[in-house]
Amino acid sequence: MDFFFDFAAEAPKLVQLLIGVVAFLAFVGLMLLLLDRAPMKERSWGHSLLLLGPALVLLAIGLVVPGIRTTLLSFMSGDSSQFVGLDNYVWMFTQPEAITVLRNTLIWVLLVPSLVTAIGLVYAVVVDKSRFESVAKSLVFLPMAISFVGAGIIWRFVYAYRPEEADQIGLLNQFVVWLGGEPQQWLQSAPTNTLFLIVVMVWIQAGFATVVLSAAIKGIPAEIVEAARLDGATPIQMFFRVTLPSIRPALVVVLVTQSIGTLKLFDIVRTMTGGQFDTSVIANEMYNQAFRYGEAGKGAALAVFLFVLVTPIVVYQIRSLRQRREA
Amino acid sequence: MTTIAPGVVKTAQPKTAAGRVRKRLSGRVASLIAVVIALLWTTPTFGLFLSSFRPEDDIKQTGWWTFFANPQLTLENYREVLFGSSSSSGRLASFLINSVVITIPSVLFPLALATFAAYALSWTRFRGRDWVYIGIFALQVVPLQMALVPLLSFFSQGVEVFGVTLMPAWNLEGSAQFVQVWFAHTCFALPLGVFLIHNFMSELPGELMEAARVDGATHGTILRKVVLPLVAPALAAFGIFQFLWVWNDLLVALIFSGGTAETAPMTVRLAQMAGTRGNEWQRLTSGAFVSMIIPLIVFLSMQRYFVRGLLAGSVKG
Repeated sequence: MDFFFDFAAEAPKLVQLLIGVVAFLAFVGLMLLLLDRAPMKERSWGHSLLLLGPALVLLAIGLVVPGIRTTLLSFMSGDSSQFVGLDNYVWMFTQPEAITVLRNTLIWVLLVPSLVTAIGLVYAVVVDKSRFESVAKSLVFLPMAISFVGAGIIWRFVYAYRPEEADQIGLLNQFVVWLGGEPQQWLQSAPTNTLFLIVVMVWIQAGFATVVLSAAIKGIPAEIVEAARLDGATPIQMFFRVTLPSIRPALVVVLVTQSIGTLKLFDIVRTMTGGQFDTSVIANEMYNQAFRYGEAGKGAALAVFLFVLVTPIVVYQIRSLRQRREA
Repeated sequence: MTTIAPGVVKTAQPKTAAGRVRKRLSGRVASLIAVVIALLWTTPTFGLFLSSFRPEDDIKQTGWWTFFANPQLTLENYREVLFGSSSSSGRLASFLINSVVITIPSVLFPLALATFAAYALSWTRFRGRDWVYIGIFALQVVPLQMALVPLLSFFSQGVEVFGVTLMPAWNLEGSAQFVQVWFAHTCFALPLGVFLIHNFMSELPGELMEAARVDGATHGTILRKVVLPLVAPALAAFGIFQFLWVWNDLLVALIFSGGTAETAPMTVRLAQMAGTRGNEWQRLTSGAFVSMIIPLIVFLSMQRYFVRGLLAGSVKG
C-alpha cells in the first residue's frame, strides 16, 4: 500500500494556526497596553468595560442573540418564511416519532444521573483508604479523557455482532455464547438498545462522580467517623447514617451536572446508531431536523424545549450561589 | 453540620467474634466490588487497544481475547488509517493536524478573555457587577443547540438590521474556515471559564491588590505580576477542561468546520467512519486510539489540575 501524505495540502493549515496564535498574542498585548495607559481611579468604568467588553460582546454574539433568534425561529415554518404559531410544538408532543424522542430523553435523564451517582459513590466508598486508591480511581476516571465518539467506537466493538455459526468478536456476545445463549444485535432492538447506549454514558461519567464524591467523603470530619466507630456502627450503618448525610451537597452537585449533561447528549447516539432504531434523543433529533432535513422550525422548537428543561436546574443553582455569596 | 441519627448510638454492639467476621466479610465484598468495577471500566478500552495491533483478518474473524492463544501483532492498521491512499482508509493524519489547529487557539482565546473578564468581575468596582456575573453564570446552561442555527447564519449571511448591513457575511473558504470554529468554541467556553477563574480570583486577599495599588501599579501590572501567578492553577484547570472539550467535540465541529479533510477534526472523521464503514474494525480501532492518545497524555500528566478545577467548579458552584 502506498504512503499518502500531502505536505503541501497541510501547509496552509499551519499558516492559519500561526495567524491565530499571533492574533492571540496581539490581542493580549493590546489589552495590557491599554490597561497600563489608563489612569487608576477608584471607580472607573473604563477599566471594567475594557476588561469585560470583549467577553460580553462574544457572549452576546455567540449565545444571547442566537438564543433569542432560536426562540423566534421555533414559531416559524421549516424554511423560516412563515409564522406558524405553535405548530412545531404541537408536532413535538403529538407525532409518534417525536414522542419516541421525548420518551428516550426521559429514560436517559432518569437513568444516567442516578446510575452514575450510585456507581461513583459505591466505588468511592470501597476504594477509600485502600492501598491502591489513587490507581483505582484513575482507572475509572480515565474515560473522561476519551471523546464520546471514541467511547462510542469502544462500545460498539463490545456490542459487535456475528451470526451464531461464526466466532464472536464482540465481548458481550461472546459471554452470551459462553453462557449458552444466542448472539444478539444489541443496538438494533428497541427499546433495550437505549439502555445499551446509556451504559456508554455511565461508563464515561462514573469517574467524575467518583472523584467529586471521594473528595467529599475525605472531607467528613474525622471526629464524626471516630464517634460512630466507637459506638460500634457497622460499615453499612456507617454508610447510611454518617457518610451519606455528610456528603449530600456533593451528591446534589453530581446529580445536577449529570442531568444537564445528559439532556444535551448528542455524540454517543450519533456515533453508535445515528438515532436509528428508535434511539434518537432531543439533541440528536434537533441536529437532524435543523441540519439534515432543513426543518429549522422543528429543530428550534426542540432546542427551546431543551432550554426549558434545563432552566429550573439553573435557577436552583443560581439561588444556592447567591445564598453562598451572602453568607 | 451533620447530626448523627440517634439510632447509631443505640445500636452500639459489643465487639463479638461474629461482628469481626462480618467486618472481615464486608471488607472482602468491598474489594470484590472494587475489582469488578475496575475490570468493567478498563476491559473495553484494553480490548480495543489490543485489537488495533492485530492483523485485519484476525480482528474480523476472532475475538481479541483469542490473541493470547495466537499472538500476532502489526502496525499496519495505524499506517493505513493515518496515511492510507485509498479514499476509504481514513487519512487521519490530515484530520489530526486539523484537530491541533482547531484546538490551540480555541483554548488560548477563552483563557485570555475569561481571565480579563474574571478580573473585572472580582477586582474592579462598578454598579451591577454581581448581576453581570450571575448573568454570565446563567448562560452556562443555555444549550449549545440553541445557538447553532443563528450563529451559522451569522457567519454565512452577516448581520442585517432593517436592510442595513451591519456586518457582511464572512464567506470563509479553505483553511480560513478554522476562524469560525475558533470563534464558536470561544463563545461557548466563556461562561464556564469566567465562572471557574472568578471562583479562584475573587478569593485572593484584597490587601494584596490594595498594596499594589498604593505602590502605583496599574490594573495591567496587578493582573500580570500579582494575580496571574496566583491563579495559575485555575488557568491550568480551565485550560485542560477546554482542551479536552474542544479536542473531543463533535457537534460544533460538524456544523462549523465543513466536514472535509481541509478543516474537519478527527472526531468528525471517526464518526463518518463509524457510520459508513461500521465494520472496518482494523481502521476504527486504530483510528479511535490515534484520537485518544493526545488527550490521554495531557490528562494523565495534568490530572491534578483537572481534578482541582473539577472540584472547584462543581462543589463550590
